[in-house]
Parts: sequence; C-alpha cells; structure tokens
Amino acid sequence: MRTIFYIVQKEFIQVFRNRMMVLIIFLMPVIQLLILSFAVTYEIKEIRLYITDNDNSVSSRSLLRQFKSSPFYRITGEGNNAAEGMENIRKGKVHQMICILPGFEENLVNGAPARVQVINDAINGSAAALMNAYTVSIIGNYNAGIIAETAPEAQPAVKINWLYWFNPELDYKTYMIPGILVLLVTIIGMFLAGMNVVREKEIGTIEQINVTPIKKYQFIAGKLIPFWIIALFDLAAGLLMARLFFDIPILGNIPLIFLVASVYLIVVMGLGLFISTITNTQQQSMFMAWFFLVIFILMSGLFTPVESMPQWAKNINVINPIAYFIRMIRMIMLKGSDFPDIVNPLIYLTFYGITILSLAVWRYRKTT
Amino acid sequence: MVILFGMPLVQVLLFGFAITNEIRDAKVSVVDPTPDAVTHALRNKLFASGFFIESEILNSQEEIAENFRKGESKMVVIFENNFSGKMERGEHPTVQLIADASDPNTASMLVNYANGIISEFNREQRAASGIPLIIAEPRMIYNPALKGVYMFVPGIITILLMLVSAMMTSISIAREKELGTMEVLLVSPLRPFNIIAGKVIPYVLLSFINAISILLLSYYVFGVPVKGSVLLLLAESILFIILALSLGIFISTIANNQQTAMMLSMFAMMLPTILLSGFIFPIENMPEVLQWLSLAMPPRWFIQIIKSIMLKGSGISYFWKETLILTFMAMIFIVASIRKFKIRLA
Amino acid sequence: MSSNGLVIEAENMVKRFGRFVANDNLTFSVSKGEIFGFLGANGAGKTTAIRILCGLSRPTSGKIRVAGYDVYTETEKIKRRIGYMSQRFSLYEDLTVIENFRFFGGIYGLKRAVIMERAQNMLSRLGIKHFENTVISELPLGIRQKLAFSVSILHTPELVFLDEPTGGVDPITRRQFWEMIHEAAASGITVFVTTHYMDEAEYCNRVSIMVDGKIEALDTPEKLKTKYQAQNMNEVFLKLARKTN
Repeated sequence: MRTIFYIVQKEFIQVFRNRMMVLIIFLMPVIQLLILSFAVTYEIKEIRLYITDNDNSVSSRSLLRQFKSSPFYRITGEGNNAAEGMENIRKGKVHQMICILPGFEENLVNGAPARVQVINDAINGSAAALMNAYTVSIIGNYNAGIIAETAPEAQPAVKINWLYWFNPELDYKTYMIPGILVLLVTIIGMFLAGMNVVREKEIGTIEQINVTPIKKYQFIAGKLIPFWIIALFDLAAGLLMARLFFDIPILGNIPLIFLVASVYLIVVMGLGLFISTITNTQQQSMFMAWFFLVIFILMSGLFTPVESMPQWAKNINVINPIAYFIRMIRMIMLKGSDFPDIVNPLIYLTFYGITILSLAVWRYRKTT
Repeated sequence: MVILFGMPLVQVLLFGFAITNEIRDAKVSVVDPTPDAVTHALRNKLFASGFFIESEILNSQEEIAENFRKGESKMVVIFENNFSGKMERGEHPTVQLIADASDPNTASMLVNYANGIISEFNREQRAASGIPLIIAEPRMIYNPALKGVYMFVPGIITILLMLVSAMMTSISIAREKELGTMEVLLVSPLRPFNIIAGKVIPYVLLSFINAISILLLSYYVFGVPVKGSVLLLLAESILFIILALSLGIFISTIANNQQTAMMLSMFAMMLPTILLSGFIFPIENMPEVLQWLSLAMPPRWFIQIIKSIMLKGSGISYFWKETLILTFMAMIFIVASIRKFKIRLA
Repeated sequence: MSSNGLVIEAENMVKRFGRFVANDNLTFSVSKGEIFGFLGANGAGKTTAIRILCGLSRPTSGKIRVAGYDVYTETEKIKRRIGYMSQRFSLYEDLTVIENFRFFGGIYGLKRAVIMERAQNMLSRLGIKHFENTVISELPLGIRQKLAFSVSILHTPELVFLDEPTGGVDPITRRQFWEMIHEAAASGITVFVTTHYMDEAEYCNRVSIMVDGKIEALDTPEKLKTKYQAQNMNEVFLKLARKTN
C-alpha cells in the first residue's frame, strides 16, 4: 500500500509541475464543454430557401406566404428560373428550393393534385431529411386548412397526439452534454494513463523502477490512481457546469453516476495502460490509442443512434466501453434510471475492467 | 506501420457501413387494452414499415415509465379503449405516441414516421372526395439515398490528414526536443528549414497515400462519386496537408514535451475538427459566436472544398475563396513557427 | 548473502540476441566489499551483463547467482538487495532532489523518517544541501551523477551496479565520485562498476576486461600490468584489444 502511495504522490507532483499540462487537464475540458455543447446540434435554426414560382397566382403566393412568415426560413432568392436556384444550391448559398410549376392554381381549382417540388441539398443526409420534413409539414398544414374550409365534415378517422417524455422541448443539448462529458473524461483518462508508462520507457526511468523490488500490480495501480482521480474531478466539474450553465436536469442519483464513472474509467485507463505496455514510444502508443478511441467514439451512439446500426456493428459495440458508459450516463441523468435498471451493463463493465487490468499487469514486464 | 496504413481503411469501412442517422428497427412497445381488428391493422402497418420492431406489450402508465428507464424501447404507442367500437359509432378514437426524448433527434423522427403512417391509414379510410390537395414532391440532390457516407468520407479524409500531418509532426518534433536530439540537429550545418522538411516529408507522403486510399475505397465500396476533377481534389489535399503540417510544427514550438504536444493537438485540434467543422453538425445551426469561431477552423474550409468537388462536381471558380483562406492560414502558421524558432535559437 | 563470501557468482553466462552473442561464456565472481571494475570497449557487452545481473534481462544460459539468489527464479529477492545506476540518466528531471529521494526510498519500503535522515546526511556530505528543493533538470551533470549514485545506495544494498557513472563528467568531479565509491565500499557495499576511463581502473580492487563479448583478462590492476608488461591500465587495454583484432 505504501509503495503505491509513493508512486501516486510522484505522479501528482509531476502533473502539477507542468504548467501547460495543468491547463490542459483542468481548463480545456471546461472550455470545450462550454463551446462544444452549443456546436453539437441537429436542430435547424434557419433554412435558407430559394423560391421559384412559375405559376405566380393567388394560390401559389398564398402558399409561399406560409414560408415567408415562418421564422425557420430565410428567403435568400426568388425568381422564375429554376436553373438559377440550382446554381445557388451548388454554390452552397441555399439549402432548399421550392419550385411551383405553371398550372398550380388551375389544378387546385379542378380538384387535381397540385404538385410542388421541394429540392434539397442532401449532402448532409440527416439535415436534409429534417429540412424536408419541416417543409412538407408546412404544406401539410396548409392542406389541412384547405380541407377544413372546403369539407369540414371530412375529419380524420383516427386522431393522433404525441408526447415527448424526459425532454419535452426536444432540447438537443440535454442529450449531447452527457455525451460530451463522457468524451472529455475518456480522452483525459485514456491518454494520460496510456502515455505515462511509455514516457518512462522512453526517458529510461522505468529501468530504475524495474530494478526495485516493486510488485507489478503496485506499479500499475500507482499509475492508475492519480489519473483516475483527475478524471473523476473533471467529471465533477463538468457535471457542475452542466447544471449551472446549461440547466441540464440530473434526474438520477449523483453517487450512482460516480460509481458508474469510476468503473468505466478503470476500463479505459486499463486499455490505455495495456497499450502502453505493448508499445515502445509515445508516438506508437498515441496512435494506437487514437485508433481505438475514434472507432469507439463514433460507434458508441454518441452522435448517431446505435439502433440504426447494422447487427454486426452492434456486435462490435459489445467490446466498446464508451457505448456502455454513454448509455448508462444518459439513462441516469436524463431518465432517472436507478441501480437495478443499469446493474447488468455495470456488472459487465466491472468484469471488463478486471480483465483489462489483469492483462496490463500481465503484459508489463520487469524483465525482458 | 501497418497501423498507419490500415487504420484509415478500417475506419472508413466501419463508419461507412455503421454510421447512419436513418432510423431502422427502433424498439417500440404497445399499450392496447382492448385489441381488435382496427388496432391490429394499425399495428401491422406500423411494424411492417421497417422503422419499428415490436418490443413489448405493456398494460399501464407505470409500466411505460419503467420500460423507458430500463431503455427497453424508444417509443410507446397507446391505443384508446374500445377502439373499433368508437370508430363505428363515428367517434374519433385517439392514438397516443410517447417518445423517449432523452434522444430528441431520434424521438422526433420516430414520431414523424409513426404520424405519417397513421395519416396514411386515415387517408385510406376516407373515401376519395375530390378535395383539392397540394402534394409535395421532395427531391434530394447530390445524395438521393441520403447516405451517411457522403457526409463522412470528406470528414474522415480531413480528420486523417489532420491527424497524420499535424499531430504526428508536432509529436515527432516534440520527441526530439524531449530526448535532446533536436539540439544535435540544430548545431549541424543543416539549415532549420531542411531539418523540418526532412522530418515532415515522410508524413506528407503518408497522408497523401492515405487520402488516396480512402478515396478509392469510398468510390468502389460505397459508391461515393467524384464528380469534379480528381487533379483539383489532389491539389487541394496537398494544400491542406501543408497547412496541417505547419500547424503541427507550430504546436511543437510551443509544447515542451510529447505529452503536452499530444494533449494540445487532441483538444485544440481533434475535437474542433470533428465538431466545429461541419463534419457531423451543420455550422448554420450553431450560435453565431461559434459560427465565427468555426471560420478559424481550417478543416471547415477544406471540408467545404472536397464536398464541392466530389459531390457537386464544382470547379475552382466555386471555391477560390476557400482555397485562398487555406493558403493564407498556412502562411500564418509558417511565419509564426519560424519566428518562434528563431527566438529559441537566439 | 551466500556462505562463501561471494556476492556474484557467474558460470558460463551466455546472452544471445538472435545470432548475435553479446555475452559469450562469462565466468567470474565478485566477493563482498570489493570494488570490481568491468572494463571493455563500447559494444563489448558490459551493459548486457549488468542488466542480467540486475534481473532486468534474462540470460540465455549459464549458472548465475547474485547476493546468493538465482537470477532465473529469484530476481525479486535479488532486487531487494541491489542498487543500480543505469547508463542513461534515470532520476526524474521534473522532480526536486528531495522528491527523488523520497520516491525511490518509498518504493524500496523505507520509512519516511529514515529516508529524510539518510538523504540529509548524503546531501550534506556532498555539500549540496542548498539544492535540496531544486528540480533535477536545473542541476549540472556532475551533481546529478553524484545524486543518482546516492539514490542508488539509499536503501543500503549489499551490492551496487554502476554503469558508466562518470561518462561526460569533468576530472575533478570524477575524482570526487570515486571517493564516494570508496566510502560506500568501506561501509560494506560491494561495487560493480563499468567505465571507459582506464585511469579509473586503477582505483578498483580487481578488474575484468571484456572484448567482443568475452572476458579476456581478470585480475588486480597490479598483476595485469606485470603480466602484459605495461606502464598503466591504458596500455593493458590497448594490448588486449589489438590482440583480438
């Protein structure tokens, strides 16, 4: 125990002596959380719309007024030449073009379907789908208005209403902030722990430690604990910020969040340590850590829903600690899930952590 | 070495197949206190759509809360009591959709889809009455299938170029500083420019090969088109690589050891590259301050350029401004690093 | 400690890296309290041998005991009884003098009070007490080497390995350094030291000279000089090196 204490003490001194490192560890995550939380949103503030009206009738103008008066749209151009609108899309000046063809009003009066083209710049598929949905729903409402006027008796057979639980305003920040917190804590934990042992290898100080009677597990534990504490501290700061600045609800039990985080951090840091025991330079170790991290992050469901991934991708996620942690932390923070609700993944993570740490201890060689 | 080449490919493959925002097979539970022909028809319609799969049959409100807390379904569909009976009497029974909006994006999409399906059912129920309707005909240009790969390929190329060029250079130079070998190089008759060039060229080649292999892969495996000029695309990539390298060198002049260089690159570059560049999240949706901030992100401009070339097939006249900005940024970093370097030598 | 008073017993020690034989059948022994000089040109295999004796590297074959324990099976017991100062400088440059003492003393399991007492003692004997709270990277090389040596014997080992401890150090500091070595030996610590400087060989009780992985000569400096009819150890070394080429 005392041996471990001496290593922990040494690591702390080293971290705090490096000014730059202190800033990076303690200030960067806070700034990142502040900035990035605003950045990660699919919510569409404003659709830049180009209008091409080749009918130029009372009806077409009346429909287009719906868009002009909506706060979600900004009309960036208007004309009767569709080619010009397309050019605008191509330049990236416009997201969407609505194109009303000649004969629109005539069709409407005759009871024939009147068609409106909605052209979306779909390079960002998900944003395009959302923009399109807005526009289609405005047209749908306009339709409903016509129906109510002309045939009030034709009410729909089944009424629909809907509720959004846990986040009635569909605030995307509420969803993303726990995710960003996970990301920051993960990067800090994995890289600090992962680079540390390799660094001692590279500088040569590890030899001096290897000739001492220190036990392998003591060494690994001594390397793990300081960064574990730092990462948990970062998490606490992040949670506090989420609460104070973003008003993110924390429905669940805070000690439970820390319990889950502690277990999770052991897994990621164990991974980092394991990588650093099998590599020889910080560069190699960083590259490997980065490789796994990017895969784990992008597949974890942080940005895109896990449900939509193909089965094999879900299978890969079985070994993805970030996926477990993100799911659990979102459940606890946003839905108030309790211990019994998350006990299964938590047991799994614990098991994972023990395995990976044993691997790290086993792979760490005092003698070559 | 294997990692250096293999990694980008593995990532493109994984992400190309796995990452998508489309909804498929979302778990949906049902509360249907009095099942009958109509509710069955509606349920079948919902679950035949492919968007949803049936998770559980629930009985009460409490069970819904429980179900969400365990994360067992994303949406619950609740049918009113005595559904078909009410319909026959000419009443309008209600279908209630409760979505787990802790993931707001998915929630709103699920509600939209379900809403659409039920409206369709309504339309079928109503006899064709000659009521005039406006029908919207959406067209998705540049990416008709709304594939996620179209977004991710430009993004991943950018990230990898950034990683390999900027991160690796900054770390490898910081490494020489840490191990003291930099001093040896500095006292040698080589000029600082040659030293840096010598260190940097392997990474330029490496990133370039990576970029090309990603392009090939995305073209042949995912069918992402390159509509514009390939030559132009490569030229712009080289410009961006030079920019990333100068950024890397600049970082290494401020960092005193590898760990710092790495953390700086990681926090100051990777996250903004992923999140502030328009790679995943559209820049227009961000608050204005962040939109300004994103102006200073080199990847933002580069992503715009590759998207134009690859997906829209535009020529240089559409993005000469972006190109100029990148050139300018590269120059700033180079000048800044040289000045830093000189101060250290003096 | 083994009964026969030998701290190191090596019999046919061999270390191969692939086809390259770094240590070719080394047989030698070192007795308690001795200063044993381990000489040889660069690449002769000195560091490899030291790493084996310290338990950092596994020998390919041979019978080797250090401090009475077997290097194959009892490395951890050996480690408790030895000190090691590696060729690469290995104190933490971003820690202060006293922090380095505390850390290394701590992982050897010394009590805090004991560490502090010994450290103060060593520092005042070196006359550098005022550097106590200075970060290592700010100290000149000579002082760092003396500190590294002090740290390696902080836990009073039976035996200390010094791998080129005086490389790059000025002549005055080298002299002081050898005084420290003699003091340590006088207090009962056996010293196993490698060096390039042949004048330093004269300070040793016995020296072995390695050429291309083999021990070419092993005796007291006096006897070696007589045997090879040389004025000083430098000549002895040159004669041996030429003989093999």
